[in-house]
Amino acid sequence: MSALQKVMGWVDDRFPLTATYKAHLSEYYAPKNFNFWYFFGSLALLVLVLQIVTGIFLTMNYKPDSELAFASVEYIMRDVDWGWLIRYMHSTGASMFFVVVYLHMFRGLMYGSYRKPRELIWIFGVLIYLALMAEAFLGYLLPWGQMSFWGAQVIVNLFAAVPFIGDDLSIWIRGDYVISDATLNRFFAFHVIALPLVLIALVAVHLVALHEVGSNNPDGVEIKKHKDPVTHIPLDGIPFHPYYTVKDIVGVIVFLMVFSAIVFFGPEMGGYFLEANNFVPADPLKTPPHIAPLWYFTPFYAILRAVPPMFGSQFPGVVAMGASIVLMFFLPWLDRGKVKSIRYRGPIYKIMLGLFIVSFVGLGYLGLLPSTPVATIFAQIFSVIYFLFFLLMPWYTSIDKTKPEPERVTG
Amino acid sequence: MKSLKNFIFLLAAIPLFAVASEGNVHLDKAPVNLADQESLQRGARMFVNNCLNCHSAGSMRYSRLQDIGLTEDQIKDNLMFAAEKPGETMKVAMSKADGKAWFGATPPDLSVIARSRGADWLYTYLRGFYRDDTRATGWNNTVFDKVGMPHVMWSLQGEMVPVHKKEGEHEVIERLELVKPGTVTLAEYDAMVGDLVNYLVWMGEPAQLQRKQLGLIVLAFLAIFFVVAYYLKKEFWKDIH
Repeated sequence: MSALQKVMGWVDDRFPLTATYKAHLSEYYAPKNFNFWYFFGSLALLVLVLQIVTGIFLTMNYKPDSELAFASVEYIMRDVDWGWLIRYMHSTGASMFFVVVYLHMFRGLMYGSYRKPRELIWIFGVLIYLALMAEAFLGYLLPWGQMSFWGAQVIVNLFAAVPFIGDDLSIWIRGDYVISDATLNRFFAFHVIALPLVLIALVAVHLVALHEVGSNNPDGVEIKKHKDPVTHIPLDGIPFHPYYTVKDIVGVIVFLMVFSAIVFFGPEMGGYFLEANNFVPADPLKTPPHIAPLWYFTPFYAILRAVPPMFGSQFPGVVAMGASIVLMFFLPWLDRGKVKSIRYRGPIYKIMLGLFIVSFVGLGYLGLLPSTPVATIFAQIFSVIYFLFFLLMPWYTSIDKTKPEPERVTG
Repeated sequence: MKSLKNFIFLLAAIPLFAVASEGNVHLDKAPVNLADQESLQRGARMFVNNCLNCHSAGSMRYSRLQDIGLTEDQIKDNLMFAAEKPGETMKVAMSKADGKAWFGATPPDLSVIARSRGADWLYTYLRGFYRDDTRATGWNNTVFDKVGMPHVMWSLQGEMVPVHKKEGEHEVIERLELVKPGTVTLAEYDAMVGDLVNYLVWMGEPAQLQRKQLGLIVLAFLAIFFVVAYYLKKEFWKDIH
């Protein structure tokens, strides 16, 4: 026995190191037919790590104090060695996190990755998405610019629309009657400690659940149905390492090229990643003429605005916005289709998914604009389609004319 | 490949919603060229002489002006009127309360003004002052109506008055006309403001030249890395069918 084997043996007697490595990498069998869409899961993990690492370094110079916060960000941008790079990686990472997560979720919709037996993977995923939205919202207050301040004001005021307890609830969240130093401090605490812990824990259970049942694939068929009679390895499965590690490296590089192009040549991304108005320090006395949340929240913001106030209360809009996310949890049970993958679905599902994507992107666009009567009508149409995609799903997936699934993956 | 095509198709659908929205004030294009160090230096001088009496640039250190080709002695001798050491930030003596009392609003810090307002806005604004006797300062502005700031550089530009035209019910300003020439011609004034705006854009993010240079190196590295990774993947996958 070599020295290394001895050390490994010593560790393995006390901790399942080799077993864990095998179970999750070298002997985790993934379908061999993953396509372009399967890059975004590993990319999301990459961005999570990037955000945590850059976040740690930002924390070393950022000051969570309403008097100092804005200037401390500029201090990072100018006087901290490589501070500008760390900060731009973090701000670009926030938006790119949502880009990859949205594409990852769309992949799940296309290939039915939420269907039995992967319901829990999907639910953990939606929880990750929720935690990510909270994390992004909390972090956006920290630069303490005008958009930070007024964006937080608008969102916290949503809670004030809850009947009876709304006012007390919003004061409890802010820790003050207005967004203030107390709010900044608690948002900082949640942003750098609480939510990252929740995110990491959720990502861990998302992966554990995935590796328990195995990955779906673009054909939506189970590779575990056809195993080698001797080795019990799925015939269409290949070990994650080295096959998908070397493949994901290619995806990572392409992603990093896009990421770097933004960080180095257009970190503001035309105002979508860093808003011009957020380079003005927060001023509680000066409301900006147009307050738009960052692009990744705008679909839900548009749904909120599409619902007219009832009985003088914004609450119905808040409920609609909440429902638009809560509905996602039920997706595994709303879908009654005989097949999982869009490759074998009938025309109705394809049309509904297409309409859903158009509506989601349309809502996202409308949420960026100031509200006008025409825009509101469009937002209402898109909102209705958004909800019908989920609510009518049990019906249209069961009557849809599906094609027969293949027995094995088609590559 | 097919899935990639679907993705591109999806992206192509997005511009359907891209209805152009424009502000109502026409902005002139600012001649920003950060590679022109002489312009940045002239702009820095303009900034220190004209802006830095009321406006601070609290995140900007004098010593950083070395990035635009000035030596520490040049900075000390020509540009530091209100500071002792080059490491200090560009502060002003005027208190926030005084500023508010004198101008109706505290003159904003200009460290990142080019990032919030944009170069074109600043370029148009600084050339958009005109005589208006209804205002306490005697000045108004085409892009910032009823602005609290007086026309600081009036001795350079001279005095402009508005020429109105009818647009539906309203009278709007069509253009400005010079009635009392300043010490420089209007073309020279435009060039000076151009330098100043160029400087403000640079000051908004002094690291931006370094950022773009580094970006090219990073992308070149990734491009090489891509080729290596691509063939590595191909090698590993050649027996998977």
